[in-house]
Amino acid sequence: MSDDKKKKLKLKVSAIKEGTVIDHIPAQYLFKVISILGLDKIKNQITFGTNLESEKLGSKAIIKVSDKFFENDEINKIALIAPHAKLNIIRDYEVVEKKVVETPKEIVGIVKCFNPKCITNNEKITTRFKVVDTSPIALRCRYCEKHTVGEQIKMV
Amino acid sequence: MKRDLISITDYSKEEYLRIMSLAAEFEASPNQDLLQGKVVASLFFEPSTRTRLSFETAISRLGGRIIGIADPGSSSTSKGETLHDTIKMVSNYADLIVMRHPLEGAARYAAEVSPVPVINAGDGANQHPTQTLLDMYSIVKTQGSLDNLNIFMVGDLKYGRTVHSLLMAMSEFENPIFNFIAPPELQMPQEYKLYLREKGIRFFEHREFTDIISEADIIYMTRVQKERFSDPIEYEQVKNVYILRNAMLEKTKPNVKILHPLPRVNEIHTDVDQNEKAYYFTQARNGVFTREAIISHIMNLK
Repeated sequence: MSDDKKKKLKLKVSAIKEGTVIDHIPAQYLFKVISILGLDKIKNQITFGTNLESEKLGSKAIIKVSDKFFENDEINKIALIAPHAKLNIIRDYEVVEKKVVETPKEIVGIVKCFNPKCITNNEKITTRFKVVDTSPIALRCRYCEKHTVGEQIKMV
Repeated sequence: MKRDLISITDYSKEEYLRIMSLAAEFEASPNQDLLQGKVVASLFFEPSTRTRLSFETAISRLGGRIIGIADPGSSSTSKGETLHDTIKMVSNYADLIVMRHPLEGAARYAAEVSPVPVINAGDGANQHPTQTLLDMYSIVKTQGSLDNLNIFMVGDLKYGRTVHSLLMAMSEFENPIFNFIAPPELQMPQEYKLYLREKGIRFFEHREFTDIISEADIIYMTRVQKERFSDPIEYEQVKNVYILRNAMLEKTKPNVKILHPLPRVNEIHTDVDQNEKAYYFTQARNGVFTREAIISHIMNLK
């Protein structure tokens, strides 16, 4: 097989000229990532692939967004569900920069508080958590002050 | 910026001490017309007669007027109004809101919604900061200081929010020692023990309620609250575990005082009431002065 053919086989989602490639998203969270980043509400060209083979994740997803360059604050919102995500910044078909996501200090409107008696689970309120630990991840609710930890973390 | 009191950790050590000294002023002279012409909303979304009467007494002694909800069944909440809307409405009328709510975090949320200050009078199992401040006032009044004290906490240390807040607040002072006496089901949660370890504060855990209390400066008794248990069998198993009786106080230190947030059920036998070491009724009285102090501090009246 020619090198060119190998490359094409590997490249299951077509290349973009300018924009951002978000790779190594756990496949089950693809649509959650799309929603958190608001990609379902923008006009840019977006291609994505899911259930792709990944040595690290088993099954991964990838998103390519044309003409979009994320601020760190914006992209770090996905850290809870895609902690191993990697970003490639593309200019004229070339990767000019690589980024990893970092867990932010505060998580707003993404996670549900695990405490059923918390006001945020009983009235329409944007949840807010302080990240108090990263391994395992522990979030302190701004309202009920309880810690939501590791496996208890569920998305809104 | 408006000041609220939602969580005991909202205050610094300096603010604790300021509340203590204001409370002493109000104890010396309880009736001061500092709230004249002001309206205070007293919103009790869950019944708590004791706390409500204490607050309403404090407001009355300061010369303020009270509007409010005492019986949640009769309020608009029972018609399905959101907390957001109730607070928006009430903050149009009142200069200060005192709120008790069964849901945790309700007070922090109300403070965000309200343009007038909010005092948390208890939000579910979360926080009850005015109780903690009145406990501290009772301690400083009887011990002369908040430093170098050996504090025993007895009973429900798992769900008892008053012991958690008191632990956090007393950790700000010099050299405290904590002793926790609880059945295995109701032990002090890990997060608080971790907090003490990180601050290098000594604590000891015990199963048996014995003469170890002879070392105590403060014995803080708690009630095992039925409403905090999701499993009624668990409640039945632990409700009668620790009862303080007068005979147990023989070998205790002369300065020791017994505190309890009240109401008690049977965890302090009535034969303790006559002992001069019993302090829980005076503690409740201290609550009025402490709440006068908190209101004055928040409203910038002093």
